[in-house]
Amino acid sequence: MTTTTSRKRLLNGLSDATGGIGDRFRALPKWQRGLAFLAFVAFLYYLPLLGIPGLTWLRTDSIEGGNNWAGVLFVCAVYVLIAIGLNVVIGLAGLLDLGYVGFFAVGAYSVALFGSTQSPVVKALQERFDLPQGWAVAWAICIPIAIAIAMISGVLLGWPTLRLRGDYLAIVTLGFGEIIRIVVRNVSWSGGPHGVAAIPGPEGAPSADNQVFGLIDAKPWYWLALTVVLLLVLAVRRLENSRVGRAWLAVREDEDAAAVMGVYPFKYKLWAFAIGAALGGISGALFASRQGFIEPNQFNAQLSILFVAMVVVGGAGNMAGVALGAFLLAYLPERFRDFAEWRFLVFGLALVLVMLLRPQGLIPSRRRARELKDRAEEVPASV
Amino acid sequence: MNFDELFGHLGQHTVDGLAKGSIYALVALGYTLVYGVLKLINFAHSEVFMVGTFTVVGVWSLLGATDSPPLGTLLLLLAAGLLAAALASGLTAVAVERIAYRRLRRMNAPPLIFLITAIGLSLVMSEAFGLWQGRLVVGIPTVLERDVVFSIGGTDVTNTQIITVVAALVMMAGLDVFINRTRYGRGVRAVAQNPDTAALMGVNKDRVIALIFLLGGLLAGAAALLYALRYGNTRFNVGFLLGLKAFTAAVLGGIGNLRGALLGGLLLGVVEVYAATLTQSNWEDVAAFVVLVVVLLFRPTGLLGESLGRARA
Repeated sequence: MTTTTSRKRLLNGLSDATGGIGDRFRALPKWQRGLAFLAFVAFLYYLPLLGIPGLTWLRTDSIEGGNNWAGVLFVCAVYVLIAIGLNVVIGLAGLLDLGYVGFFAVGAYSVALFGSTQSPVVKALQERFDLPQGWAVAWAICIPIAIAIAMISGVLLGWPTLRLRGDYLAIVTLGFGEIIRIVVRNVSWSGGPHGVAAIPGPEGAPSADNQVFGLIDAKPWYWLALTVVLLLVLAVRRLENSRVGRAWLAVREDEDAAAVMGVYPFKYKLWAFAIGAALGGISGALFASRQGFIEPNQFNAQLSILFVAMVVVGGAGNMAGVALGAFLLAYLPERFRDFAEWRFLVFGLALVLVMLLRPQGLIPSRRRARELKDRAEEVPASV
Repeated sequence: MNFDELFGHLGQHTVDGLAKGSIYALVALGYTLVYGVLKLINFAHSEVFMVGTFTVVGVWSLLGATDSPPLGTLLLLLAAGLLAAALASGLTAVAVERIAYRRLRRMNAPPLIFLITAIGLSLVMSEAFGLWQGRLVVGIPTVLERDVVFSIGGTDVTNTQIITVVAALVMMAGLDVFINRTRYGRGVRAVAQNPDTAALMGVNKDRVIALIFLLGGLLAGAAALLYALRYGNTRFNVGFLLGLKAFTAAVLGGIGNLRGALLGGLLLGVVEVYAATLTQSNWEDVAAFVVLVVVLLFRPTGLLGESLGRARA
């Protein structure tokens, strides 16, 4: 018994400490907060050039055989984007989506199938409309297409399944992620198991002639991804504090009560799904553009679970938390490559430990932490 | 779509589907028992099954199993494999409950927390075996040569198919008697109906919950042996897809309903074999998911209804 109480005290102390920093930050005058935020953003943009003595060990190319630092940062930024999208679904609306990789794949494949000159879809379009050989949909048009298709697939998945209770929804979405992968592998118009190559970037098809978004230098890619992340963070923040955000919160805390108050749960859940899917689509599109080549097996169910781990470990509902979770889960295996083989084991352990000891996550959303605490105090005497 | 093949050998495919479905049914019982009592999806159950398959590999290599041994050795191998796999899986399931779920139950955690914990555990277990046993397919000796025992109207029935279906039916019947006729079974049903009232009546809830995890694990271990006989190999991530399908089977029959798990398992096996025949195996796995989604949409309580558990508001 004493060990439990001391452990509890330790955990409470921990959350007081992290909460304390947050409170102190919020207590600062507005201009100081703005300045701190700007400094942080500037640091993020500077990150790929990181050369401050004493901090260079952070770079992944500081170890032998380590990956290109800017390339790793790009992947981290894409994962942060995924975490922010999935956070809308899990953290804000409280729906456990285990098939998020499906939307990521839809975004990636949309860009690949419409933008690559080698894709079967583009070839069919060329034939149908008598277009020249080198024709493909421009990248700038591919991105909105990717977002639209991802959003539509979100609605198509959500429409029938969002009426299910939470744990069934999780399993059905897990199945959805697998279905997307199997379909893409089996049908002929997606390039089948061999995947699609020559996926365009902002400057067109990947080639050595590209001035900015080339194959080797990943820095411009990282800056692009970071800019997208920052814009979308601001957008989601606005959403969170809007009518829709409050509706999500109400539905998450008590669906029946929300319905009685005139919030139609299904509608807002569907919105969460669609917006989450769109964000997943954007991240997939960015990822595919940088890679230049995708194949079905890159989008397996393990990745979905990794995405959930990012959100849950970081602290569902808190954007800083999920961003931290995504960054850690993408960055640590790259920096400590000796343990790369162990990473999924470690992620699994992290999931279990966080759920058992700190279910609100590393940087919790205060409201969610309170919900969990409330429930714990409601325990009936007989349990 | 290869309809000629399907309808030309309909009996053959049906028998094969039933044999395949028996394995699903045994694993599905584990999901259904836990769901019936605790109302939670024990996502880690798939890994409990995976541990069973590796136990079969370990015990058989310890006993020096070879392809098609003499009858006496064969029986010994089967008995040892069954015992060891059932025990290993059963203990794993109990350990999962003890380590993870009990603490969460004390915290009155929401269902999603249980589910995420279970997913984490499942990842930990499959990855631990992936690191330990390697990530490649591990072969299992063919101790029982596939052999046609009898054929009716052009439909061949093999010995492994008979063993699989009969074993599943026997264990199913045993479980049914245990739950419906014994003192312990009454405790399980009481806790499933109303945990608090059951506790007031002197049922030890923790013991009942450990018991259902043990039962589910034992059956998953038995399923692991049958799987080893049928497929002759295993892999660290063998549990993922099979677990998902077994869960589908449980939902199809009506989760929380023991007979439903059997019905759902057999049906799903048959549907899958039909789908595999029609599409040259490409869409086999999709068939299971489509069945799951359709059932959840049109009859979320499954074919036979959720009888062990109560319908939740």
